[in-house]
Amino acid sequence: MGSLRGAFAGSLLIGICDTFGKAYFQTVALFLIYLTMIVVLLIRPQGLFGIKYSNVAAAPAITTRVGAVTSSTRVAELAALLALVLLPFAVGDYPRALVSEIFIYGIFAMSLDLIFGFTGLMSLGHAAFFGLGAYAVAVLGAQFGLNAWLGVIAGVGLAASGAALIGVFCVRTSGIPFLMLTLALSQLVYTVALKWRDVTGGSDGIAVAERPSFFGLDLSRSLPMYFMALIFFVLTYWGLRRLLNAPLGQAFIGLRENEQRMAAIGYRTRAYKLLSFTIAGALAGLAGGLYAIFNGFISSDAVYWTASGDVLIMTMLGGAGTLIGPAFGAAIFLLMKNVVSSHSEHWMAIIGGVFVCCVMFFPAGLWGTARGILQRAPK
Amino acid sequence: MDLFVAQLLNGLVYGMLLFLMAAGLSLIFGLMNVVNLAHGSFFMLGAFIGYSIFRSTGSFWVAFVLAPIPVIALGVVMEVVFLRRLYRRGHMDQVLLTFGFTFVFLDLVQSVWGRSVLRLPVPAALQETVQIGWGVFSAYRLSLIAFGFAVAGLLWLLLERSRIGAMVRAGVDDAAMAAGLGANIPALFGGVFGLGVALAALGGVAAAPILGVYPGMDADILIPAFIVTVSAVWVACAARSRAAC
Repeated sequence: MGSLRGAFAGSLLIGICDTFGKAYFQTVALFLIYLTMIVVLLIRPQGLFGIKYSNVAAAPAITTRVGAVTSSTRVAELAALLALVLLPFAVGDYPRALVSEIFIYGIFAMSLDLIFGFTGLMSLGHAAFFGLGAYAVAVLGAQFGLNAWLGVIAGVGLAASGAALIGVFCVRTSGIPFLMLTLALSQLVYTVALKWRDVTGGSDGIAVAERPSFFGLDLSRSLPMYFMALIFFVLTYWGLRRLLNAPLGQAFIGLRENEQRMAAIGYRTRAYKLLSFTIAGALAGLAGGLYAIFNGFISSDAVYWTASGDVLIMTMLGGAGTLIGPAFGAAIFLLMKNVVSSHSEHWMAIIGGVFVCCVMFFPAGLWGTARGILQRAPK
Repeated sequence: MDLFVAQLLNGLVYGMLLFLMAAGLSLIFGLMNVVNLAHGSFFMLGAFIGYSIFRSTGSFWVAFVLAPIPVIALGVVMEVVFLRRLYRRGHMDQVLLTFGFTFVFLDLVQSVWGRSVLRLPVPAALQETVQIGWGVFSAYRLSLIAFGFAVAGLLWLLLERSRIGAMVRAGVDDAAMAAGLGANIPALFGGVFGLGVALAALGGVAAAPILGVYPGMDADILIPAFIVTVSAVWVACAARSRAAC
């Protein structure tokens, strides 16, 4: 039980380093702290805390997979799509903007679902890739006058390479060390966003210079914005479902279920985990880029670890391991944030309470639970 | 030189506050495998409740002693009513659960105390400065350092020299085996969780005159405390031979 002595020595070390760092090397101080954590986690990923992680379950408690596409699901999907196409004509500007935001966060939550719900790796740093995508649009636009759509492409590329780089370190681990490593590495990205004020604007943020057009339509109006978000959302959903029903997606699900067995069959498990993490990062970057266009503004708050927690909540609320569930989770989260907060000051307590109940009683999430009931009903 | 020594002192003070957090975090993690993301919230709650007690009684010391009590109660309720039901299901669900509680606690703090930065004054007895050798130091900061050492010593005694401590160490090594040998594991889990929460809340009150009292102090202290917790065993191992870890 060296952890008490270690905690004492470590506290004094970090306390002194942090204080001196802040006093003498302001810009790099935060980096040093997070680097310490990363180096430690990399040197001793398994022996961390002196605890062996072999019996620590990493995957969510439910085991679901994307169902085969049958004619009835196809009809339901077309009906839902039709409803979403007709919806904006029935409502005003504010609901349109809210639903557009839900689509964008839906992409973000589904991308986390790929790595968390389907590959079984819980990341507490997913907002880093969202931020990379969003900053690519805003910064490239402000510095070089780059068109926002090129910015989105650059953002997806940046997020994918960032995820690949961070992933190389993270996929050596799983479970709680993975959680802590993603947390520390995303905090590094946050530190860059916060401290590199000349470029990112720090906590004051940076505005997107110019809202682009979308196939000739003006995105400053709510209707084109809605359809732009809807199209990207549907494409992401469709692409992810194809992926998960393909052999590659089945391999990801296999990793979640039993990594050792996958390795025994002959899969190079780290490479597959890295691929899943990279795809998830790229999609998060896409969501971030779209969000920058939608919101017209990005600040370092969007990369803070609590933002990663928010998207984790969305994913769990809707149902990790059900592809469309996290999008519903994003809808619940944003509706609560926007609608409940205008009636009651306690939206955070309400969403926290709902989330706690969800983890306790409905670990399959809203969609997972509903689907379970629907599938049982006809029999 | 004066500035250097003052920085060193500030670093030690901050280190002691981190220790109060990290000791609880690593105890809870070591025994229960739970990364308690709500640990910062207990730190924050300690500070705010301490502030209220100070406002009504006018005494820092009463606040320092009483503030942790409601926080401990909250923490133990959280462990017994919520976390305990999830031990069978897996540790990741417990981590998620503690994250949900950070929202609830932050909202609780904001609705009771508002969103502004509050300040708890340094207790009158420790407002003096102390001349040691070439430097002049704040008595409050010096006593905080002493307090940190005292807590570390007491914790060491509790864990290494008492029967309860032996049970905790056995539980860390192998909870199932310890239970088989007669240790009451559920009570031990509750007790260690409560102890960790108490240390966090004490840290919150002690930090209040230095760091201020504000919503959001939970996240600000949690991340460095995590870094310490993660580095903790590594430091301990580097100090001894690597084979011993």
